[in-house]
Amino acid sequence: MRRLVFILPAIILVALIVVFPAAETIRWSFWGWDRLEMTEFVGFDNYERLFGSRSFINMARFPTQNPPWGALIHNIVWVIVFIPLTALLGLFLAVLLREVKGGSIIKSMIFIGMVVPLVVGGMIIRFVFDGRAGIVNAALRTVGLDDLARTWTAFPDTALLSLILGSVWIWTGFAMIIYSAGLELISKDLYESASVDGASPWRTFRRITIPMVKPATLIVVVMNLIYVLRIFDIVYVATRGGPGGASSVLAFQGYLFAFQQREWGMASAVFTFLTLAAAIISVVLVRRVK
Amino acid sequence: MKRPRIILYVIAWLIGIIWVLPFFGVFVTSVRPFGEVVDGWWQLEEFTLTLDAFRQAWNHPDAPVGPALLNSLSIAIPATILTIILASLAAYAFARFEFRLKGPLFSLLIIIMAMPGQSIIIPLFAHMITLGLIDTRLGLILIHTAWGIPWAVLFLRNFFLSVPIDLEESARVDGASDLTVFRRIVLPIALPAIVSIAVLQFVWVWNDFLFALIVILSPDKKVVTQTIPLLRGRFDIPWSVLSAASVLGMIIPLLVFVFLQRYYIKGVMAGAIKG
Repeated sequence: MRRLVFILPAIILVALIVVFPAAETIRWSFWGWDRLEMTEFVGFDNYERLFGSRSFINMARFPTQNPPWGALIHNIVWVIVFIPLTALLGLFLAVLLREVKGGSIIKSMIFIGMVVPLVVGGMIIRFVFDGRAGIVNAALRTVGLDDLARTWTAFPDTALLSLILGSVWIWTGFAMIIYSAGLELISKDLYESASVDGASPWRTFRRITIPMVKPATLIVVVMNLIYVLRIFDIVYVATRGGPGGASSVLAFQGYLFAFQQREWGMASAVFTFLTLAAAIISVVLVRRVK
Repeated sequence: MKRPRIILYVIAWLIGIIWVLPFFGVFVTSVRPFGEVVDGWWQLEEFTLTLDAFRQAWNHPDAPVGPALLNSLSIAIPATILTIILASLAAYAFARFEFRLKGPLFSLLIIIMAMPGQSIIIPLFAHMITLGLIDTRLGLILIHTAWGIPWAVLFLRNFFLSVPIDLEESARVDGASDLTVFRRIVLPIALPAIVSIAVLQFVWVWNDFLFALIVILSPDKKVVTQTIPLLRGRFDIPWSVLSAASVLGMIIPLLVFVFLQRYYIKGVMAGAIKG
């Protein structure tokens, strides 16, 4: 039993600081709270209040009017735009940079977004979309799109979009290196026989590359789903969820419920939702590991 | 055949340059006075090089970045070392020993890895107050250690499984205890994997904002990621100071990445593919 020494310290620490609190978050979402005091068991009350809250879901405005549509919808929109964009861009860059001399240096340049603090990433998103000092707006003016040149993060119709585009800029490096590794596993013979058969590059790409990188695509989609659930820092820094909640997301909205409005019941409900979503996604991961 | 190659080359470098342009802009803005860059850091009619913004950020009255860098180090270094010690021991047990609940515990590790920090912050905040750990470095170090362990265990376990067991067994035949085998034989072989974990865990802890936001409240204990959001002015956004603070905040992870890139990417890949 001396072997327990190996595993116990890690298990105890993870149990106390991660497992136990995660279970408590779920339990607390079914209790009433008077500021920071637990009062009584309330069943699904917190969830009902959550679905009644416009900061969580606001179907009256979606999709005909500008955001705010509620944090849940913003997260869903984020998934729908972010995941295909990062996956396609990542695959495109992986294929392109494999062909090019110095490609690995360019890959490192693109990967920097994954390395620096997300707080810095958020500050940069605010910066590049700034109406006066931002380079995106300068580029828009240069190509004659003056109407679009303004502080994107400050307007309800563009705040969410600017954050999503910024997140694509930050996270594409991840999809790119996963696809790069996936491409290395494809045997050169496949491409050679394709070119002997006279297949066009596009046909080769569709018939060989895309099917062969399917495992990489699965990883990219699953990991990016996890990233989207976690989106917090860049929202906090670039827009504070604003203007008027137009760029809020679940992880951020739950934080506001918990630490600004002291609504621990509703905050726990939001975070329970995130925990369950992560658990469902990780089932895919568990299957792969085993 | 020649021309398409050159076109690809140009496109690739163009994309790379566009991708790092925002970072380049931050570096340029950080060494120029605010007045010169208020209409964009690419405006070059006037060009003054100055470290004023760094000085201001370093000693900022609300959010001094200089002390915050030290605070970040004083969290990230112990949280990295502790994670390595605890995770390597546990990973060895997962790879080599049989024990009850091994399978379920292993699945639990993976579920934990997928969870966002938000899953635990409310109870953590409450309990840290009760235990007197709120606003202490120890509290934040313990959270980061526990948060880093599942991933590190998984990574190291896979590494240990790929190492032939013969050496360990012959040492055991010679009468070495489990701990001796671990220290003398396993750890030295695992050094590259441990470097990967150290690099990634250090950068993750350094980059963390959420846990620090919940735990560290006193201005003099704040870590560097906490200071950057505090530097927004009331009316104008002071881009030079913000950029200088951002440069200070990202220079260490960037250097780690540049010099230990092989280990960094290996860690990211393993984290992604193996779980």
